[in-house]
Amino acid sequence: MTDHSDNRLDRRFSALKQADRAALVPYITAGHPSPDATVEILKTAVAAGADVLELGMPFSDVMADGPVIQRACERALEHGVGLAQVLDMVKAFRESDDQTPLVLMGYTNPIERWGVEQFAQDAANAGVDALLIVDCPADEAQDLQRALASQGLHQIFLVAPTTNEGRLTRAAELAGGFVYYVSLTGVTGAATLNTDALAPMIERIRAKINLPVAVGFGIREPEQAARVAEVADAVVIGSALVSRLHEAQSVDEAVGITHEFLAPVREAMDQVRTKTDQAASG
Amino acid sequence: MAKPLADMQATFDPGAVMPDASGHFGVYGGRFVSETLMPALEELEMAWRRYIHDPEFMQRLDKDLAEFVGRPSPIYFAENLTKAAGGAKILLKREDLNHTGAHKINNTVGQALLAHAMGKRRVIAETGAGQHGVASATVAARLGMECVVYMGADDIERQSPNVFRMKLMGATVVSVDTGSRTLKDALNEAMRDWVTNVDSTFYILGTAAGPHPYPAMVRDFNAIVGREARAQMLDQYGVLPDALVACVGGGSNALGLFHPFINDTDVKMVGVEAAGRGLSSEEHSATLCAGRVGVLHGSRTYLLDDDAGQIRDTYSVSAGLDYPGVGPEHAWLKDIGRAEYVGIDDQQAMEAFHMLSRTEGIIPALETAHGVAYGIELAREMSPDQIVLINLSGRGDKDINTVARLEGITL
Repeated sequence: MTDHSDNRLDRRFSALKQADRAALVPYITAGHPSPDATVEILKTAVAAGADVLELGMPFSDVMADGPVIQRACERALEHGVGLAQVLDMVKAFRESDDQTPLVLMGYTNPIERWGVEQFAQDAANAGVDALLIVDCPADEAQDLQRALASQGLHQIFLVAPTTNEGRLTRAAELAGGFVYYVSLTGVTGAATLNTDALAPMIERIRAKINLPVAVGFGIREPEQAARVAEVADAVVIGSALVSRLHEAQSVDEAVGITHEFLAPVREAMDQVRTKTDQAASG
Repeated sequence: MAKPLADMQATFDPGAVMPDASGHFGVYGGRFVSETLMPALEELEMAWRRYIHDPEFMQRLDKDLAEFVGRPSPIYFAENLTKAAGGAKILLKREDLNHTGAHKINNTVGQALLAHAMGKRRVIAETGAGQHGVASATVAARLGMECVVYMGADDIERQSPNVFRMKLMGATVVSVDTGSRTLKDALNEAMRDWVTNVDSTFYILGTAAGPHPYPAMVRDFNAIVGREARAQMLDQYGVLPDALVACVGGGSNALGLFHPFINDTDVKMVGVEAAGRGLSSEEHSATLCAGRVGVLHGSRTYLLDDDAGQIRDTYSVSAGLDYPGVGPEHAWLKDIGRAEYVGIDDQQAMEAFHMLSRTEGIIPALETAHGVAYGIELAREMSPDQIVLINLSGRGDKDINTVARLEGITL
């Protein structure tokens, strides 16, 4: 049996539920716009109101991501940022923040090259709380799942508008932490989200999976984030932040951009009452 | 996670049906894609399994293969090449004579008919050498479907005649200038399009790689090559060949030839990879010869990556072999020892290109020339009463600009 009682994600989401508050979950790519900016961006994100952090592990062939994340990965790879550097960044972040949950997001091959069990152990030691491996759906996840569970780490799974009941059930067996609902079919950063279509889908997920539901893909503006926060447990913002960070010429600029972008999102989200009475009772 | 190879069967079991129900060839294959694509792959698998058992669909496919593609393609005794090699008899399976000039059309006709049957009106494809793009544009034009082809910017430069052909048939060619600007990046981009337009769009994947069911489906549509060759051998020569040779990029022409012979365990099967500037140079695309097991483009297979697990840039003079992965069934055939894989470098391929052109009046594609080069080598080591059958997977018209440039000739 796996003991997740120490997992920061579970603690954070139960605190948020008590406070009737939706989580703000920014995504950045590790090493982008430069390796020395990453830890500072993470700290700034927390100061601006982030509740959970998603840190992308650069990969050469980000098949499920759009041009924004791809460019970010290419730049990070040019700086030599791989899994080892990502784990060092997490360790550095944990020196000043032992509370904010951190999810690593990436692709299968670099993790297998590291060794799945070894990586789970090293990630846990660095202070990671969960992994979201984009190209590892529930069907292929058994080995990774076992390795993560033995270290008290969650595996986050994606759910798409096209995901049928059978696949939801399968994801429910393996998923931990939260469910990441990909609100559009498409790659990251693609189109703009239609928030009206969200509520019924979130209900469908909650009927099968007893975990908080995070919504991502296509959220760019504070007002949109607020509308999503009305129905979802967490709002993920990735490409919109990453594309702004692409313009940063220095660590200071990257920090400034992060704060300027996230603070209004937080504020907008806090102005709507979240409907957590509907949440995760399933 | 790769299981230790010792866990797998050590020798080939002729009864083994691959892939298994979950789309794995031993430990290889599977579906390593984003959740957004999983339902589309399940839908595709169901449609494929349904229609290959539908007599009406199969009749239509056979008719198209006969009347549109021009099948069956002959096996041809390359007498002059045989004499020049001085060993086993060399036969060529003439896939270069197909409409559009390569084996690729066998698969695209099959997938396009499937797309049509599924009610999809838009098809997309990735292409390296441009042969698969041309074949996709061809079938899309014929079936009245919109066609978008993704092609690496470097490949567009190397294969401009094929780009023009695609456009002539009404396809949109999208230049991909990310990453290494070759086939792997075109495949990433096609996958992104599919994820975004999954309801309306059918992805005609061009090689026996990618997530299940593509490796099995592409193999099955190309297996007409091996079925014909096997029947032609028995009919015309009364024996099976001693060895089959085919070039391997993703591996669809090789699997198409090999698969119907898989239980004929006396028939040796050799896949020929692009050794580029040499296997020790790191500038090659010889995935099975020099790679290791990992996950790329939706399946577990051999691939070329660095110590951090990042996919490496590959190189070959032939755009169609310039790919860092390989179909998962080849990975399995290698591990169980049923097929072997060798490398042929640029120079050896160029020599074979010229040799076949001069001795037989057949200009092979540069991809195919890799297979020809090893076929000649192998024939030399064998006795005159033996037979080597090489899959002449494509013709070289598309490569004349590349060859001229390499030799300093202005056309």
